[in-house]
Amino acid sequence: MSALFPLSVRGATTRRRGKVLVGPVDLDLDTEGITVVVGPNGAGKTSLMRLLHGTARLHAGTINWACDVKTARNAQAFVFQRPVMLRRSVWENLAYPLVIRGVPRREAKARALDWAKRVGLAGMFDRPAPVLSGGEQQKLAIARALISEPELIFLDEPCASLEGRATREIEEILMAARDAGTRLLLSTHDMGQVRRLADRVLFLLAGRVHEDASASEFFAGPNTREAKAFVKGDIVE
Amino acid sequence: MVDLWEGLTQAFWLIVSLDAELAEIALRSLRITFTALALACLIALPLAALLAVRRFRLRRTVIAIMNALMGLPPVVVGLVVYVLLSRSGPFGALGLLFTPTAMIIAQMIVIVPLVASIAQQSLRELWHEYHDLLISMNVSQGQKMRTLLWDARRALLTAALAGFGRGIGEVGAIMIVGGNIDNVTRVLTTAIALETGKGEFALALALGFVLIALAISVNLAIHWISQTEREGRW
Repeated sequence: MSALFPLSVRGATTRRRGKVLVGPVDLDLDTEGITVVVGPNGAGKTSLMRLLHGTARLHAGTINWACDVKTARNAQAFVFQRPVMLRRSVWENLAYPLVIRGVPRREAKARALDWAKRVGLAGMFDRPAPVLSGGEQQKLAIARALISEPELIFLDEPCASLEGRATREIEEILMAARDAGTRLLLSTHDMGQVRRLADRVLFLLAGRVHEDASASEFFAGPNTREAKAFVKGDIVE
Repeated sequence: MVDLWEGLTQAFWLIVSLDAELAEIALRSLRITFTALALACLIALPLAALLAVRRFRLRRTVIAIMNALMGLPPVVVGLVVYVLLSRSGPFGALGLLFTPTAMIIAQMIVIVPLVASIAQQSLRELWHEYHDLLISMNVSQGQKMRTLLWDARRALLTAALAGFGRGIGEVGAIMIVGGNIDNVTRVLTTAIALETGKGEFALALALGFVLIALAISVNLAIHWISQTEREGRW
């Protein structure tokens, strides 16, 4: 039974210095698995995810989770395009979300070790996180997001600027999370990644949801000219 | 030149002969400065963290005042503390004037703005780095401050060392509130001022060299203990 879903978004808009970044957006989200937000640069993918997560200001409209805002925030995690590493060891980074929720340090460390093993970072458990490679940092960021067992994880282009092997490893972690029941809302430019991961696709253009369909429907035949062009690999503005 | 050489030689002999009076004065200097520094850090570091994470209306003004107070004239601080602690002052009944406690209070007032300003700059940079992550994790204000203070601890050590440097070399304020009483409130800097006044330049220089050696030793010891230069640590 989900505490967060269904999510209902009506006329949600966010602006910066008077310019509309996203909106108005109408959206109902109750799909399990991975929902991928695609769209060209500047379409508002990051802003939409921040808006839903509650870290961007809602200037107009409503965003309603099935629970209150505080519970909703605690049931979510966010992974940034450029992973933010605390100036601590790998295990302390992993344990941080647990420690701030009052989990005893010993237990937090044990769970951190478990997650480090799952994402292949056990050999670097005591190393300072900021000296890891980009791919390792992103794996650590995802594991840190997963360790508190959120119901939903937002991932803002988690594989941008990573090479093939690191991307594959991260996708494996994401698929394992999906199989374990975590819902993921992921933004990406990479159409190959959309094909590999998406259960549902939100195509964003100029701050609005232009198309909302299951992955199979989206790739079988997008409804709009812009979405068709985007799937084909043409430049869409 | 002769005085300098004599001063160096005398400093050397004072140290190797473990001169009892010098040891007592040096230990008193360290005790007073470390106590003042610890108290100053207890005030300055949480204040710096609060200014880094919290946005409020007069924040910029508070930071500007704090930065301006870094250049607070110690003599004026000494004078104000003297007035407050003197018999006719509001805290006169406590009988603190011309005691090491009064010297600690004066040094602490001189050190707080310096430590807080340097710390605030380091914490502000770290907060810029951590902002999105900690906001997305729904971390409380207190947890944000604790996280910043812990993760910036090595940069904060530099702030504390700057405070130590200011404190151990301070003379104006502690001379006024301490009175440079032999065996009670005499510290290295006030002893140097006294010997200079008496025309004992070589002894004054010797004490000066001891003071410099002490300050450098404490800095090196703290750096070594915290291993700030070790690869992969902060």
